[in-house]
Amino acid sequence: MTGFHLAQVNVGHIVGPLDGPELAGFVAELPRINRLADESPGFIWRMVDEDGADATAVRPDDADELLLVNCSVWESLEALRDYVYRSDHLTVLAKRREWFVRPGEPHLAMWWVPAGHRPSVAEAMERLALLRRHGPGPRAFTFRDPHPAPSQGFHKEPS
Amino acid sequence: MSDEVDEDAVLDAFGVLGEPVRRGLYHVVAAAPGEVSRDAAAEVAGVSRALAAFHLDKLVEAGLLEVTFRRLSGRSGPGAGRPAKLYRRARREHTLSLPPRSYDTAGRLLAETLERAGLDRELQAVARERGAARTSDDPVGTLRAQGYAPSPDADDELIRLRNCPFHALAEEYPALVCGMNLALIEGLVGADGEWTAEMAPGPDRCCVALRRRPESA
Repeated sequence: MTGFHLAQVNVGHIVGPLDGPELAGFVAELPRINRLADESPGFIWRMVDEDGADATAVRPDDADELLLVNCSVWESLEALRDYVYRSDHLTVLAKRREWFVRPGEPHLAMWWVPAGHRPSVAEAMERLALLRRHGPGPRAFTFRDPHPAPSQGFHKEPS
Repeated sequence: MSDEVDEDAVLDAFGVLGEPVRRGLYHVVAAAPGEVSRDAAAEVAGVSRALAAFHLDKLVEAGLLEVTFRRLSGRSGPGAGRPAKLYRRARREHTLSLPPRSYDTAGRLLAETLERAGLDRELQAVARERGAARTSDDPVGTLRAQGYAPSPDADDELIRLRNCPFHALAEEYPALVCGMNLALIEGLVGADGEWTAEMAPGPDRCCVALRRRPESA
């Protein structure tokens, strides 16, 4: 057990307003799929809005009403991978293009946080920006190019 | 990862299967839902335990089977006896095409292109259409013939597919390829057939399962 946990952020442009007909299927799946995450092995935390159920009211970009964000913390990359790709979550993932516009640039970033840390929206978006600017590295990486958790002797990363 | 094919090594592995008893034992182990003991394999194949042991180990040497050791009694500690040697199909893929063909390379290029272009729904539409074109009274038989290794549960209500024919691609592009596979099988089982297809991902198996369609009133 390391003193670090894996944080992930992903953003997506919905194809229409959240209360419109195009997104009805997505909205209907949310409670089930969020409950599945909460009960998954290795799940630690996920960002929620003021309603407390999910993060669909959070807008990482004030100028963009259709950009949703999702941010969570897991014990390990494998725990996150098992939820994303090897659970019933795959059912909704296979329908992603019914609800989300094809991303033109990386839309998912991961990074290590000290156990107990809860990322803010600004922090998460900064990691995504790092990934977009510099490609995968220890401060922002992807499933395809993962980076190991810092060793125990690790103190504070340069900002 | 190397794309180079050591043709001789693959031919050696396949050559090992030329012996009929050995091939029979390979099929017994490959078809079993779990790991198989030497005694069980010998019994199903109808050969002596000693002969089975000899051939099973040849299959392990060739990289076609894998071995695990486990106590079958469930007991442990002194007096529990030696752990049994159990066999299962090796996870390593052996592919040989003569003349050489690289459909996996093409598959990866096509998948990457579809992923970047966001063409999930278009791929699913084609997969559903192609699946429907192969529909029959026996979709489970079709899946078996295509290597999915269907395995019904005790009540015959749910059929798991123990092998994923698209394994490496599905690992690399799960949303795209598993979505394609689900659509393909949905097309194959039809909209009013005996079975419905659903996502049921799990370790070391296909992401899709078949569930018996409830009797309509």
